[in-house]
Amino acid sequence: MIKRRFILNFPPDSGDKPLSYHLVRDYDIRINILKAEVFPGKRGSLLLEMQGTAANIEAGISYLTRHEVVCEPLEKRIRFQHEKCINCGNCTAVCFAGALTIGPPDWELQFDKSLCVVCELCVTACPLKLFEINFQ
Amino acid sequence: MTIKTYEEINRKIKAGEAVVLTAEEVSEMARSCSPEEIAERVDVVTTATFGAMCSSGAIINFGHTTPPIRMEKIRLNGVPCYEGLAAVDSYIGATACDPEKPEYGGAHVIQDLLEGKEIELEAWGKGTDCYPRKHIKTRITKDSVNEIFLFNPRNAYQNYNVAVNTTARLIHTYMGTLLPNLRNATYSTAGELSPLLNDPEFRTIGIGTRIFLGGAQGFVVWPGTQFNTSKPKNEFGIPVSNAATIAVIGNLKEMSPEFIQAAYFEKYGTSLFVGMGIPIPVLDADMARRVSIRNDQIETSVLDYGSPGTPKLGQVTYEQLRSGTIKVNGKKVRTAPVASLAKARQIASLLKKSIQEGAFEITCPVQMFPQHTSLKSLTETEGEKQP
Repeated sequence: MIKRRFILNFPPDSGDKPLSYHLVRDYDIRINILKAEVFPGKRGSLLLEMQGTAANIEAGISYLTRHEVVCEPLEKRIRFQHEKCINCGNCTAVCFAGALTIGPPDWELQFDKSLCVVCELCVTACPLKLFEINFQ
Repeated sequence: MTIKTYEEINRKIKAGEAVVLTAEEVSEMARSCSPEEIAERVDVVTTATFGAMCSSGAIINFGHTTPPIRMEKIRLNGVPCYEGLAAVDSYIGATACDPEKPEYGGAHVIQDLLEGKEIELEAWGKGTDCYPRKHIKTRITKDSVNEIFLFNPRNAYQNYNVAVNTTARLIHTYMGTLLPNLRNATYSTAGELSPLLNDPEFRTIGIGTRIFLGGAQGFVVWPGTQFNTSKPKNEFGIPVSNAATIAVIGNLKEMSPEFIQAAYFEKYGTSLFVGMGIPIPVLDADMARRVSIRNDQIETSVLDYGSPGTPKLGQVTYEQLRSGTIKVNGKKVRTAPVASLAKARQIASLLKKSIQEGAFEITCPVQMFPQHTSLKSLTETEGEKQP
């Protein structure tokens, strides 16, 4: 069993299909919706955590792709210019998901993208504007 | 009893024989050595900080053109600079900005210049007999101007408050983004490494003290604005809230972008991260005791930035702040720094190395700071006009 997070972008006419239901029933994937934005008739975006066998997750992703859902690993949608970071800690103050942490011994920023819940608070909290997150 | 003079310490520095420790190293040493032993063995202790210091800026002399202009309105990349200093002198403050572009401020102009970038200078004058020109638009760099030096009126606060927010609304402050309902707490001081906490009564830091400023050698030139020696102190003589400050000067042309960084705080404005290091001579056992101060002995006040008048909600130590959580109003609150301890440590180490190599001598202040100072508030002499 593995656990991975994906950002799913739905086309305008996909709102009537119970795609996540099929992920659970047909591919035996445990899903956890961490963030959702749905604009009926326009678009929809989901941050979905999938837990299952690697093969099932891969098959589930193929199923979504066949239904014109753009499906990308979360890490690919997060851009962080780590080389410019001054380790001030401002982003860690807002990251309640625990993806951004700073502490002993070296007090340098650690970023575990797999824990990100795309709250996007770090985007504005960083005084150097080093974060970009593409959810839509 | 050990008593050392500045001259003796400098002789050792020049000979490459000075024993130099960072403030963190000496605090560790103090767990097993007495102040007397530390005074015996250690000559200089290096302190440092790297935080956003809003009261910072640069004085620039642009040089004269032919025909000359008396600059009476000045913009650098669209950011307004002070126009009341003769014809071609100016001051660009870190927090200055064009209200239409609040994310790019004076701090960013300073950083761009420091990085060697070209900046657009536009200035206007009314035209006088001796300065006939009325307008100029040109490009400058740090090398094209005559002088550009940082002159920061209030830096390196001796201690600073912890910020929390008890309201139900997320707020944006210079202490970072404060989540609602006490969901986080931010703090900005480098604790036991912080310069003014290692010499709380200013026995060695005063006017003329040579310091590390932004990667170059700079100087303390005056007590900083809002210099306050009357704040309540704890049993270790440490003020438990923001107290004294220093005004500093240094040549921006010699500084490094590694230790000066522009910042934009959401819905607040721009500021400048300034890297600063101050060497403290261990003149005697009393100074040894001062520089040995530890995070568990330095306390600061927790203030509610969400409520009018920022009421105090508690008092915590830097050891507690660094542990990741503090207790406020009986609730566990997650802490985060908003100043870089990693950078401060880098500066303290660099300064230590410079002193060990004989490249940085310590200075006896030419004048000590005033004592028994306190702050005045701004009173309103005109009542609010009723509509």
